[in-house]
Amino acid sequence: MEIFTRHKRFWLVAPAVIYIGFFMGLPLVQMAYVSILERGANGGVNWGSFSFDSYISFIFERDLMDNLMVNTDYLQIFLRSFGLSALTTVLALILGFPTAFYIAMQPQKRRNMFIFLVTIPFWTNILVRNYAWMLLLRNGGLIDHFLASVGIQTGGLDILYTPYAVSIGLTYTYLPFMVLPIYASLEKLDHRLIEAAFDLGANKRKAMTRIILPLATPGIVAGAILVFIPCLGAYVTPELLGGGKFMMISNLIGSQFGAARNWPFGSALGFVLLAMVLLAMLVYSLKFKKLPEDAS
Amino acid sequence: MSEVVISARSVSKRFGSGTHAVHALDDVSVDIFQNEFFTMLGPSGCGKTTLLRLIGGFEQATAGEIALEGQVLNDLPPFKRPINTVFQSYALFPHLTVRQNITFGLEMQNISRPDAAKRADEMLELVRLSQFGDRQPSQLSGGQQQRIALARALAPAPKVLLLDEPLSALDLKLRKEMQIELKRLQTETGITFVFVTHDQEEALAMSDRIAVMKAGKILQIGTPRDIYETPTHRFVADFIGDSNFLQGDIKQNGSHAVLTLPGGQNVSLANVDTGTRLSQTATIGIRPERLMLHPAGTSDSALRGKIADVVYFGTDTTYHIAIDDQTALLARVQNRDGSTMAYAKGNDVDISLPAGAIRVLVD
Repeated sequence: MEIFTRHKRFWLVAPAVIYIGFFMGLPLVQMAYVSILERGANGGVNWGSFSFDSYISFIFERDLMDNLMVNTDYLQIFLRSFGLSALTTVLALILGFPTAFYIAMQPQKRRNMFIFLVTIPFWTNILVRNYAWMLLLRNGGLIDHFLASVGIQTGGLDILYTPYAVSIGLTYTYLPFMVLPIYASLEKLDHRLIEAAFDLGANKRKAMTRIILPLATPGIVAGAILVFIPCLGAYVTPELLGGGKFMMISNLIGSQFGAARNWPFGSALGFVLLAMVLLAMLVYSLKFKKLPEDAS
Repeated sequence: MSEVVISARSVSKRFGSGTHAVHALDDVSVDIFQNEFFTMLGPSGCGKTTLLRLIGGFEQATAGEIALEGQVLNDLPPFKRPINTVFQSYALFPHLTVRQNITFGLEMQNISRPDAAKRADEMLELVRLSQFGDRQPSQLSGGQQQRIALARALAPAPKVLLLDEPLSALDLKLRKEMQIELKRLQTETGITFVFVTHDQEEALAMSDRIAVMKAGKILQIGTPRDIYETPTHRFVADFIGDSNFLQGDIKQNGSHAVLTLPGGQNVSLANVDTGTRLSQTATIGIRPERLMLHPAGTSDSALRGKIADVVYFGTDTTYHIAIDDQTALLARVQNRDGSTMAYAKGNDVDISLPAGAIRVLVD
């Protein structure tokens, strides 16, 4: 039975559509507009004078003779961000998959408790959590201290304010986003399939690689997306644990709207990032289109 | 019969511990022979599936031993046992094609690809689904999935095939077809089948031998004919087919024993093995089709009763007969060209119980 006509059903989503439209759609349009404007002399923009300089200066710079020279500084920041996000995603997968598997193997009651525990870090402010990591990672910090006390002399850990510190912090922050979707796919995995694999002569390793991993792939892919994309846009963690020495895309964009006073360039960088993420999603959806359907 | 393949000795299985412990199997011993279609029959919770899972290696026995061709299996994990299972839900791998499902077990045994492919073709042919090799399991009907599950389990040529209520998800017509199909596969492959079911008809139709189980114990093991004709327990007689039960006291009366019913009538137990039940309260069982009806007053050694109801079934007629306040009988009479006397509701009738059809049962 149809409770609402098509027309009336629209009103069910209307509040969300209007909200997103006003607070995300419109600002995006505004940002796109700003990105093709000329930069104002004292910050801001010259409304009405258009220029693609912002996009050009992502890859090129003008020398004193007004010739375009390739400048890979910004591209490097992008590539570094992608690399670091990939590293973080891999780390989160290595930590997250066994965790999700362990939880999925528990009795129903205990599973809910573990899932609850996984979500606990969300309750704490992200700034506080990153400061905590600073205290842990700094030279003479808790980890350094512990290593020294068990006889490992590091001569200073020297890890804070490096890309590794950023990756450790990001892995920590986004680990639950990896655990939860993998858990969801493992939890609905029919135990009898694993039994059938054992029955047919598969040992534990074979059952894992041939049956469990392939069937958990939709969860792994979802988890990877949920970790990778927020990592690309991470701001607080690289700022604090990278100490400003190590810039990621968001920090670069942030600086354009702040100290550098280059709004068009900041907007353009935002759009380049958006384009890259959409491209990645497109590749994913083409490549993995079939998998989630088959596994369900 | 030939040599023993599976031998269970005093096997017990307890789930949980303390006061919440459930005794799924209680001191069960059974021998299953080479090339046999062996069925474990019983209501849900009787322990039949637990015994199957112990043989398959999915559960560990709390006590006792399970041996395959004399080798104790207890500590072998399922993947090291030359035993395969057809699961109730089929458990086909959804991400693999039908052919990949069938070759899975072969690959695990490191059989070369061409040989595995050849074997898969043979198996597909055996279950008559040759053209379905490249489909996904989800594209098959329930009956087809069932056949693929069979092909997959038979492909590695196991010593024993375990079947856990494999037909329960199929509709009646398909189930009948698969019963014949299973029996054919068992005969063609020569593999020992251990079949679990709660469907007595299925068990009778397919099995070489049946073990009837109740509350974690095997009550009786025998051929379908043994189980039906000479049940040892009231439960067995009741679970398989229809049965009449008469309860009374067994007494010696001159040259032979009699069972005295609550209403005072006697059933002669001449030539019936009463075992040690003399001068005890006991239950005797007799199948409805073995009762013989006579017009009232024509047979002196018979029980006297009144027809309470007549139900016509086409091939036969069922009479519900009241003997006394506490005793009622069901008699099934074949309808043959009008030669059988028809009785009407309310008629008095004499019922004779042939000695060969009476069993003194363990309650």
